[in-house]
Amino acid sequence: MTHTPRIALAAAALLVSGCASTPAPAELDRLTLEMMKASFREQGIAKLDRLQQDLGQAACSSDKPPAEAVAKEIEATALASIKWPEGGRYLGDWRAGETLAQNGRGMTWTDAPGAPSGGNCYNCHQISKSEISYGTIGPSLYNYGKLRGVKDVAAPESAAIVQYTWGKIYNSKAYNACSGMPRFGHAGVLTQTQMRDLMALLLDPASPVNQ
Amino acid sequence: MRRLIVGAMALACVQLVHAQPTTAEGIARYREMLADGNPADLFEAKGEGLWKQKRGPKVASLEQCDLGKGRGVVKGAFVELPRWFADTQRVQDLESRLLTCMETLQGLDPTVIAATPFGRGEQANMEALAAYVSAASRGQKMSLPQGHTKEREMFELGKRVFFFRGGPYDFSCASCHGEAGKRIRLQDLPELTKNPGDGIGFAAWPAYRVSSGEMWSMQRRLNDCYRQQRFPFPGFASDATIALGVYMGVNAKGAESIAPAIKR
Repeated sequence: MTHTPRIALAAAALLVSGCASTPAPAELDRLTLEMMKASFREQGIAKLDRLQQDLGQAACSSDKPPAEAVAKEIEATALASIKWPEGGRYLGDWRAGETLAQNGRGMTWTDAPGAPSGGNCYNCHQISKSEISYGTIGPSLYNYGKLRGVKDVAAPESAAIVQYTWGKIYNSKAYNACSGMPRFGHAGVLTQTQMRDLMALLLDPASPVNQ
Repeated sequence: MRRLIVGAMALACVQLVHAQPTTAEGIARYREMLADGNPADLFEAKGEGLWKQKRGPKVASLEQCDLGKGRGVVKGAFVELPRWFADTQRVQDLESRLLTCMETLQGLDPTVIAATPFGRGEQANMEALAAYVSAASRGQKMSLPQGHTKEREMFELGKRVFFFRGGPYDFSCASCHGEAGKRIRLQDLPELTKNPGDGIGFAAWPAYRVSSGEMWSMQRRLNDCYRQQRFPFPGFASDATIALGVYMGVNAKGAESIAPAIKR
């Protein structure tokens, strides 16, 4: 019987610490969405629908990667979303591609509606050797085509890498569910013409990237 | 002053091109050159004046403001923010707490201030006040309290906000600040999921921005991050921004605060 108060005390302590603990992970997830919704407002072209996450965005919003089955689903959906270039024409002008790669503008709330977006490429990648102001979030793309043995982009042996590169620019999540790269084609950031120019910058043997 | 700064920056840039040291090294050298003349001093002085000046409908100063260490205590307050405040029943960062004091002590309207564009009117005053308060903790180590349940909850929510992917580019805070040793162009990016080191990341803001000649509070820093993330507009002193402050501030535990720092 002398134990009763002690047990009661222990139970009370448990109760108090229970009350004082943070909510369960699922509840924290719910509270986060609520908090995001309450904290942002639309400004210019940046509307609140930008906070509506699709499967991939939601599954890649953690310090842990998604379950393998989820990752596979994201990649399959992304691959199916890719629109291949009209007429099978993959390459444009590498000079226009270089200008586009340098351009980091587009889609912020200070950008005008309908203003064309840049490729933002140098923000994260090394590309042409002459540009020393490049970011390192993505891998170096210097000698991209040369390293992959592309001597003639129209040759049958180049087809696989040409198609992969288009797909990667169009929807990077087709090959890596939580890729850090934007989905330039899928999200409507770049036009087909712009993507062709970036393709040329990376793959054209005459591009400075492949010298 | 501006011309001197631009000249010094140009010098630093020339050095950059020649020897190609990291941006951090260039900025460190630049900071050294300006050791006795960080323009942030001017904002600190303005902030101190505002702190002591009787203003607003209630014609009162902010000297009775409780920043977490008791009424009127400024020294050491910054390195413990954001924290829980019993009177508002909220976890608040420096700017949201200043808003509370401007409302309760001076009778100013916090919703009007929150809706004012950065750098104008009361927002310009806010930035000077943030510079003054942070300067009073310069050299101290970041030490956010996590004793209150709501402080721990805000850390957990802040972590989730940090990793929240959205917008047309699929970016989150972690896209740029989730790994060590990364850059955008030549700009070094602090890794904010852990302590990034003394005077880096959360321990460096507010800061004087040489490129724009402005004093930026952490709220303004976060606002421009979200602009570049292609997100909608984060409300001034909104809970998501405060939660991010808790997450970054707790991660930076032990880092020496150099705020208000000087940035490119």
